[in-house]
Amino acid sequence: MSGEDLGGKPPIRYYLSRLLFAGIVLITCSWVLLPIVMSILYAFSTPKDFYSPTEVIPLHYTFANIKKLLDLGAARATMNSVIVACMTVAFSFILGLPAGYAFARFAFKGKDSLKLLIIGLRMFPMLIIAVPLVTLYIRLGLSDTLLGVALAHTTMALPFVILITSSIFVSVPIELEEAAFVFGLDRTQTFFRITLPLALPGLTAAAIFTFIMSWNEVFMAAVLTLTNRTLPAFILTSAMAAPDFIKFAASFIMILPALIFVFIARKYLISMWGITIK
Amino acid sequence: MVSGGQNRRSFSVVEKYLPYFLIAPALSYLLFFIGYPLSQAVLLAFTDSQGHFTLAHVNYLLYSPQSMFYDALKDTLALAAVIIPIQVMIALGLSLLLSSSFVGRDLALYIVIIPLTISDVAGGLIWYSMLSTNGFFNKFLMAAGLIHSPIHFFGYQYRAMEFLAIVLAEVWRATAIVFVIIFAGLQMISREYLEAAEVFGASTWVKLRHIIFPMLKPSLQSALLIRTLFAFQVFGVVMVLTGRDIPVLAGEAYYEQTELYHYGVAALYALIIAAISIVIGYIYIKMFKAQYIREVSAG
Repeated sequence: MSGEDLGGKPPIRYYLSRLLFAGIVLITCSWVLLPIVMSILYAFSTPKDFYSPTEVIPLHYTFANIKKLLDLGAARATMNSVIVACMTVAFSFILGLPAGYAFARFAFKGKDSLKLLIIGLRMFPMLIIAVPLVTLYIRLGLSDTLLGVALAHTTMALPFVILITSSIFVSVPIELEEAAFVFGLDRTQTFFRITLPLALPGLTAAAIFTFIMSWNEVFMAAVLTLTNRTLPAFILTSAMAAPDFIKFAASFIMILPALIFVFIARKYLISMWGITIK
Repeated sequence: MVSGGQNRRSFSVVEKYLPYFLIAPALSYLLFFIGYPLSQAVLLAFTDSQGHFTLAHVNYLLYSPQSMFYDALKDTLALAAVIIPIQVMIALGLSLLLSSSFVGRDLALYIVIIPLTISDVAGGLIWYSMLSTNGFFNKFLMAAGLIHSPIHFFGYQYRAMEFLAIVLAEVWRATAIVFVIIFAGLQMISREYLEAAEVFGASTWVKLRHIIFPMLKPSLQSALLIRTLFAFQVFGVVMVLTGRDIPVLAGEAYYEQTELYHYGVAALYALIIAAISIVIGYIYIKMFKAQYIREVSAG
């Protein structure tokens, strides 16, 4: 609301509407933050404080819950999750980056249909491929392996990586590439010396995003593994029998990378989701 | 320099086929990892161990007292029917609210989209910490003297409350996706239209009704459809909060596969989820195309 509005309205009504506005924004932010904050506090609270019905906000804190969870097998599951997520980022970028570049920089026959196909595949409920993949993986010796999960996660991440890298390359000014051609660089040199460095910040954000996508995925990981559980699969199958404060420790370890990501890549977050979804 | 022309020609030939070479690996990978499992799923679902055609899995799915197919379908639809309208309304209201400028707007924007990166399993656990018997909600109400014994959200005998817990967790976790789509759509509406309307003395309601809603329609449609697609894949939140008390399609696929080793039945669930999604996706692409054509012919 601008200054002219203020002149036209009675001041009391104006301040009331401002107050209402601020109230709604505050309520919304607390609605989002309160559950996160409380689950983290409970993850670090002593069991005594958590089970005491009068201590709404725990006063005594400990790392014992996290340590106990890690000892139960979450340490290895976390490591597995990191390995799977890194493999997923590597595979989906090796396959997806060239395709994204092609969509961004070339005009070719069938481009629109191919792009529509990729958008269509983005919508496909990828989790279901895990069920029939089990029989294929037994034949290939990939059952219960981290590589097997990473290959499935790559299928889920690939359409996203193609669309997002394509839009990142589009945002690199084509004039700079043309100038490089004029100065005698070929397409490969231009790509590695001009385009890639300029696209790097966006690509990094996209890579972290892909990492989180794999880190968060639970259905495929739970179906495809038995002993080599990733963290979400481990939580779903083992940690659910543990005491509540151990579960909250598990949710803390799960959301930590996501919270760090929101902080690092906050600039890219909205545009990236906009692209993934369109 | 004699070969200059030749070089140039081979360069342009390479340029002509280069995009296909760049796209081929990714596309082959996707077609294999989607096509093969789908055909394998059809085999698993409709053949027995000798490879003969059978309807045993279909019969199990539809008629066995062990199978929870109808409940799963019903509860998946019920969850979608309750959650999606709430999410769209909240997201629409928030988008309108946060598109005006005020102090701390960027901070509020970041906070609102935090749940976007939180997984379904973690989201479920976070809401378990809020709603369990020793959770924040119960302790807070008891400390405030509003209730004397905790409200039970979990356990088979409290299925209605379990349903409510899933709704709360999903509205909390997945409204951000709807918000981002609608917010992005709102940002694209030109200020000029709104200013022109103001010049002619249009009220806020008139601006909403005749400018913002019509121009927001494409974003609203895609938000609705994407949320519907995700709704048929709901799994982690439900499993964490209620297990099989509230059965859903993906949860039953998981249960039949990993607990009962009914691979054929699990494959049937996979095919059903895929079929529902393809139908929804088909509608979406049709609308997307129609809009694109309208925009091109209008512009």
